[in-house]
Amino acid sequence: MATQVLAPAARGYRSGLYEWLTTTDHKKIGIMYLVNSFIFFFLAGILALGVRLELAQPGLQFVTDLTYNELFTMHATAMIFLFIIPILAGFANYIVPLQVGAPDMAFPRINALSFWMLPLGGILLFLGFFTGGTAAAGWTSYAPLSEDRPLAAVGYGQDLWIVALVLVGTSSILGAINFLVTIFKMRAPGMSLFRMPILVWTMIVTSVLVLMATPVFTSAVIMLFIDRNYGGAFFDPARGGNAILYQNVFWFYSHPAVYVMVLPAMGMISEILPVFSKKPLFGYKAFVFATVAIGALGFSVWSHHMFTTGAVYLPFFSLMTFLIAIPTGVKMFNWIFTMWRGKLTFSTPLLFAVGFLSMFLIGGINGAFSASVPVDFALHDTYFVVAHIHYVLFGGSVFGVMAGFYYWFPKMSGRMLSESLGKLQFVLMFLGFNLTFFPMHQLGLAGMPRRIADYSSASGWQDLNIAATVGGFLIAASMVPFLWNIFISLRSGKPAGDDPWEGNTLEWATSSPPPPYNFDRLPEIRSERPLFDARYGRIGH
Amino acid sequence: MTADSHALTTEHSPVASLPHDARGGIGNPVLGMLLFLTSEVMFFAGLFAAYFSVRANAPGGLWPPINPDTNEQYFLQFLPFVLPATILLILSSFTGQFAVWAIRRGDRTGFLRNLSVTVFLGIAFVVMQGFDYALLYSEGITLDSGTFGTTYYTLTGFHMAHVIGGVIMLSVVLYRGLGGQFSARHHDAVEASSLYWHFVDVVWIVLFSVLYLLPGSGH
Repeated sequence: MATQVLAPAARGYRSGLYEWLTTTDHKKIGIMYLVNSFIFFFLAGILALGVRLELAQPGLQFVTDLTYNELFTMHATAMIFLFIIPILAGFANYIVPLQVGAPDMAFPRINALSFWMLPLGGILLFLGFFTGGTAAAGWTSYAPLSEDRPLAAVGYGQDLWIVALVLVGTSSILGAINFLVTIFKMRAPGMSLFRMPILVWTMIVTSVLVLMATPVFTSAVIMLFIDRNYGGAFFDPARGGNAILYQNVFWFYSHPAVYVMVLPAMGMISEILPVFSKKPLFGYKAFVFATVAIGALGFSVWSHHMFTTGAVYLPFFSLMTFLIAIPTGVKMFNWIFTMWRGKLTFSTPLLFAVGFLSMFLIGGINGAFSASVPVDFALHDTYFVVAHIHYVLFGGSVFGVMAGFYYWFPKMSGRMLSESLGKLQFVLMFLGFNLTFFPMHQLGLAGMPRRIADYSSASGWQDLNIAATVGGFLIAASMVPFLWNIFISLRSGKPAGDDPWEGNTLEWATSSPPPPYNFDRLPEIRSERPLFDARYGRIGH
Repeated sequence: MTADSHALTTEHSPVASLPHDARGGIGNPVLGMLLFLTSEVMFFAGLFAAYFSVRANAPGGLWPPINPDTNEQYFLQFLPFVLPATILLILSSFTGQFAVWAIRRGDRTGFLRNLSVTVFLGIAFVVMQGFDYALLYSEGITLDSGTFGTTYYTLTGFHMAHVIGGVIMLSVVLYRGLGGQFSARHHDAVEASSLYWHFVDVVWIVLFSVLYLLPGSGH
């Protein structure tokens, strides 16, 4: 066995806390991403429960109109910008350098900077609750509503929202640069592009989307800031500005952002399905090209959020939106045929991955409905759209996050999570999720608009709303076994060993948790499954 | 694990080859800067999109638009320092590149000389732009003056912020260069910051053409 090349330099004692606050180790930063993201997940979840409580019956019981606006605005903003996007970046931060056989990210200090902008941004965002009101114009913050109108924010809330999102956006951009340089310049010998794990491929496409879309969003909210604070006229039609301009610039980012929020989760379940099916991923190259196609098409569909403005060219954006179904369908076949005739082990990661498949399928189908212009004119701004976005981002991304969490927790901690608690969490979450969001399809078709705090008791919407509220609390209940599982497993979980799942990729070639320098040595890389090759020789090829 | 998988030991792993990638190609910092500039291009693309959108939708099709205070059409003539500032900034791109070529040859004196001139020209640009802003401001044109003032100050202001950022970046490189930190082999920071400086220059050329040279309508 060779000696370590990167032995840490001798130095004086430092406390554990100091070590975490100043670390540039991608694994520690990755874990901090996860912890930070879960904290905002719980905060934003509590806000969602507030929304569900208020909607359980007609009339205003708990909150005022303005507070309700704050609740759903902050719920969506925190879930999207402080939970889903960062937690996927956090997983990738931990896993990607390991999967490509690198000792760390390309720019470790910039990596730390990317992370620390997130809690700062989150604190600024939530500071609104203590300065007289948070942002309240929806997570989209359409101008001119967000420019100072009744029922939008009072006080500094909207400005704090802008500053927070510029910080979070910059964090994403720096992270994307870091991922791309790491992946392109620091892969292990023998790992050609088509031998990279699928998660790495999805991170390339995600990073390109972040790199090219997020700055446009930054420019949009900075213009909003100038309008609000320095008398700018960008989005004020009364002074020669253009209100639709905001929507265009905003969605130019925020549609690709949907793929930023789901592609890494797709990558994660594409790591999990082959391992628990004991088969290689079906159609590796097709999957890669489908991912690239989704990324490319993602830049040409933003206006499908704006069909009803009358200011966009409908046939083009409708067609491009339908086209996205093709590469997504390719992936569905990849996943299903990976499991087909596989030796399936129904461990918790696989359950969540299959949950992703089935729920994301529904999110894709109801999305295709909305891509049709005449249907969209009827469904726009109804609860049908709320159902769609949650089937994609909760049924898709969050189930993917949970699958990835159960899959990689043993690597990160060296301990196995409890299977029975994991399965309990899955059942509660799956039932709660569908009970919450499936009725919203029907509510939307019945005409219930989104973003309302109150509805008429004659509308007939109450039964389905009660179902959704009960479901929401079921989802909250599923967090109890989840947290308890983490707690007891960290204390007394079964030791995981290097490779508890018989994984395929390089992160399983080192100890759990890996040493600071990641690898003592690397196996030879002759396919996208180097550990499978090492385990069985190359008879599998 | 098969026998041959043990053959690759630490000395052969990528761990050993760091921090300098042995496989050639551009260095990590240079690639990182190119990717960062991609994001910068998209940031300015957002601002330019806003400019053209506002311009195309101006009331009455007039651009420059009507001044809401005086009800007369704005008229943007060449501010006194715009042309000299533009020439100096373009020149500075050349001197910046001369500095890069010099350090690639290992010519430290030429590198420092050219880099100092670049920093000086950058500062001169900022100062001249400041005088022009002062003049415009004294004529009552601010961010608050309708779409004309908003777009003019936002676009040129963000460009100027980038020039200042570039000057700081080049100054750090100059400081490090004076300490003898760069050589023909190790000068990634020089390459990266000169790329940034070229980018700042190109943005200004586009900005200058759009603001001053693109013919308006309604005169």
